[in-house]
Amino acid sequence: MPSVTLTAILPEIILTALACIFLVAEPFVPKEKKEWMGYFSIGALICSGLSLFTLWGRNITTFSGMITLDNYAIFFKGLFLVVSMLAILISVRYIKIEEINFGEYYGLILFATVGMMFMSSAADLLTIYISLELMSFSFYILTAFMKRDMRSREAGIKYFLTGAFTSGLILYGIAFLYGLTGATDLGSISAYLSQHNLNSSPMLFVAIVLLVAGFGFKIAVVPFHMWAPDVYEGAPTTVTAFLSAGSKIAAFSAMLRIFMVGLGSSYDSWWQLLWLLSVLTMTLGNITALVQTNFKRLMAYSSIAHAGYILLGFIVASRIGMAAVLIYSVAYAVMTLGAFTMVILLCRQNSRGDQISDFKGLARTHPAVAGSFVIFALSLVGIPPTAGFIGKLFLFNAAIQGSFYWLAIIGILNSTVSLYYYFKVVMVMYVQEPQDVAPLSFSPTLTVALCVMSFMTLFLGLYPEPLIRAAVQSVQFFL
Amino acid sequence: MLSFLFFYLAGVTVISSLLVISLRNIVYSVLALLVAFIHIAGLYLLLNAEFIAAIQIVVYAGAILIFYLFGVMFFSTNLKAKVIHHQYPIAIIIGLFILGEFIVAIYSSTFSMNRGEYTVQKIAEAGNTETIGMLLYGVYLLPVEIASLILLVAMIGAIFLAKRELKT
Repeated sequence: MPSVTLTAILPEIILTALACIFLVAEPFVPKEKKEWMGYFSIGALICSGLSLFTLWGRNITTFSGMITLDNYAIFFKGLFLVVSMLAILISVRYIKIEEINFGEYYGLILFATVGMMFMSSAADLLTIYISLELMSFSFYILTAFMKRDMRSREAGIKYFLTGAFTSGLILYGIAFLYGLTGATDLGSISAYLSQHNLNSSPMLFVAIVLLVAGFGFKIAVVPFHMWAPDVYEGAPTTVTAFLSAGSKIAAFSAMLRIFMVGLGSSYDSWWQLLWLLSVLTMTLGNITALVQTNFKRLMAYSSIAHAGYILLGFIVASRIGMAAVLIYSVAYAVMTLGAFTMVILLCRQNSRGDQISDFKGLARTHPAVAGSFVIFALSLVGIPPTAGFIGKLFLFNAAIQGSFYWLAIIGILNSTVSLYYYFKVVMVMYVQEPQDVAPLSFSPTLTVALCVMSFMTLFLGLYPEPLIRAAVQSVQFFL
Repeated sequence: MLSFLFFYLAGVTVISSLLVISLRNIVYSVLALLVAFIHIAGLYLLLNAEFIAAIQIVVYAGAILIFYLFGVMFFSTNLKAKVIHHQYPIAIIIGLFILGEFIVAIYSSTFSMNRGEYTVQKIAEAGNTETIGMLLYGVYLLPVEIASLILLVAMIGAIFLAKRELKT
């Protein structure tokens, strides 16, 4: 029996145990008091976060090398906990309006979070795959959660089918890597590849292509992005927000570990592939976003474009590049959740609020809400003083330091293109006359979440030093 | 003899898998799938993996196929839609191209010499099922536990999505 250090998965154990208690307690909560479940799940996330906080600086590899707890993992786990907390805060009122006020909703969010947390610390392809599935299964169900809504069901089926196909690709890639190296843990794969001089072997290239395609679906890079707009549009908006922030960053965290630790020595056989994907993704994502009239689809293409930016950090493959990925993930999570909160506010009894025309005159009727959207839009474009600016600064700086000048230029050009479509929405808010005077769907929890997200977007832009220090400390075990 | 058995089992698996996706009648498709599953179990037996062979028959040929049949019962079996999509020539060309690439890649690479500690003799001494059990609840303890969470989530999801909503 191999030795096991349970401390390494303590936050996940706490969250899983509380989620199970939660699901047992759920039937006893009266129907009109289901928001208690939301508050309870926030409590569960906080408990897990507190235990995580005490582990900072530790470096434990346990469960026979299946899992590693290092600062990198803790950084991402903390981010996932914050993301799901914000997702729950913005959900409490929304799921009542959409009549999907069931306890399972929060339970599935908690299980998805457990999956993401395992993904960021998984050090073996097997654990990576299985925790990816845990996260994905929760999301398939959450996507189809409005089961009386045709679009939500369609989105659920689409996401499930592409997801199942994706799992096949990832498994195929893992099988090739195993065939080549006889190992599934990232450390041994890397060691075997260097020892036997296999870094340019054709089979390795096939494995890399399959893994990139598989993870490419999860992070929605071109040409594996087709599912994203449909799923983002059809899913309940809170789930869309959680999906685009949480699931994408979780896939990035696992992918970064695979490519830096497992395949770090075979850098020459994958950087060109990622370079191509990154450029395609940035360009196509931004250009397609220009013509969207549905805000959720616009955000889907915007999140595709952001995946392209984040890939820059992979291609540079330096410590600065990795730190930039971490910093950008935080900025991306906060600003994307913030932008989706607008749709949640606009979702009222009589309208879904996901068309750009629904934003008409919002500045006149709700100046504070419009103001916070301007902050998120500035951040999404990457204009100071916002978190998005710091993220982009680090990414492009890393690209220039790694002498990827073209990549940096294409990235900056794309950011200027994105200015147009984010500010098209801002224009609609500020210039046009208000149409719909129905009150916005405010709730105390949503107000708290909106304040936190606006504050964080500005704060990380004005005083990014703690975040940068944490990101740099998180990647010092690598390379 | 062994290689003859292998080619028989592999050949039937490939042919019946092709039948699964090309037959128009869903019930025939499901039966072809059954044939494929049983022959895959035979392939496992050739690899001295009795436990996986048994699991293959019990879980796939038994449980999963029954669920497919249940599914077939709920759908109409005479589909009007075309089974083969009109883009199939392109799909076949791309598929063959990728298959060719894989074959070239596999033949121009060497498989790992890293055989690990579980040799055929060692497994034969300790017993196939026992070895798998020790591994699953030893080295692979954590993935097994996470897999149990996946089953829990899938169960919650199936119940949630399939149950009729209670009138409130």
